[in-house]
Amino acid sequence: MVSLAISFLLGLMLLSVFAVIAMRNLFAAIILLGIYSLLAAALFMTLDAVDVAFTEAAVGAGISTILILATLLHVGHDTKAKKIIKPAPLLLVLAVGALLVYGTLDLPEFGNAQNRVHQSEITRHYLEKSPGKNGEIGIPNVVTSILASYRGYDTLGEVTVVFCAAIGVMSLLGGLRKKKKQTTVSNDSTTDSAS
Amino acid sequence: MKHHLVLRVVAKLLIPSILLFALYTQFHGDYGPGGGFQAGVIYAAGFILHALVFGLESTKKIMPLWLLKILSALGVMVYAGTGLTSLLLGRPFLDYYALAEGVHGQELGIMLVELGVGFTVSSVMLILFYLFADQGTEE
Repeated sequence: MVSLAISFLLGLMLLSVFAVIAMRNLFAAIILLGIYSLLAAALFMTLDAVDVAFTEAAVGAGISTILILATLLHVGHDTKAKKIIKPAPLLLVLAVGALLVYGTLDLPEFGNAQNRVHQSEITRHYLEKSPGKNGEIGIPNVVTSILASYRGYDTLGEVTVVFCAAIGVMSLLGGLRKKKKQTTVSNDSTTDSAS
Repeated sequence: MKHHLVLRVVAKLLIPSILLFALYTQFHGDYGPGGGFQAGVIYAAGFILHALVFGLESTKKIMPLWLLKILSALGVMVYAGTGLTSLLLGRPFLDYYALAEGVHGQELGIMLVELGVGFTVSSVMLILFYLFADQGTEE
């Protein structure tokens, strides 16, 4: 039953990706990408990865769709309608895709309880020792225990990366500049933003 | 979209509940799915909805860019500050047992750290949205 749901969702994801490729209108393509992310979130839900699904739905389907749409304000709605297939990039993409599929053949069998992840000592430690009144962390959500406590260094690095992303975008798009400078420069582009 | 009456009314109803849900996600991350990252994104989404319906300028009056810059840095500072506090109390960096007795130290530490993540993520998402959506500043 679960594998049926997974194949159904994967099929829909594949369909939406091909629709994105065929789409000439960028607006429709972005909305389809949002749908793709939402399907991915549903897929994570069926795999019982609730935290990941939550993040995927909020970031993938929500914020990034909005950000790409905001970018669309600057670049226009339509792509150039040319459909010439160039052989060299196509071959490259097919070769890399084939390599990736070849790589998945080495992955452990899906859903097998004997897999390394389920049998390893550290998994058992996290699941048995961390929650509960006498546990090491004492909170029921093991994912939060791992992210915020056991792997606190990684999350600190992650937050710093997010902060640096904001600094990068500000330095590229002029958020660090003082506002006064730009009012003295030409005023012909009156601010009618976010219409 | 300022002239769409239905959109405005629905947005006014939705925005408070989105922000409330973000706070729930923030502080309930210990017990259910969620945490600082997701909460930050949802909190930013509430403001983005406001900007889409009422215009970017009116959102900037509520949540100006200079405040977001401070908040984004503050989040990283809260996180790193939690680590430094445990360092000053004589335990390793980010060891929450230093903050309070036993498991309570872990709970306190995780709450502070997630708060830092929430501050940074929500303000960074809003900064990105402001800069991409604002056509005036980028030229």
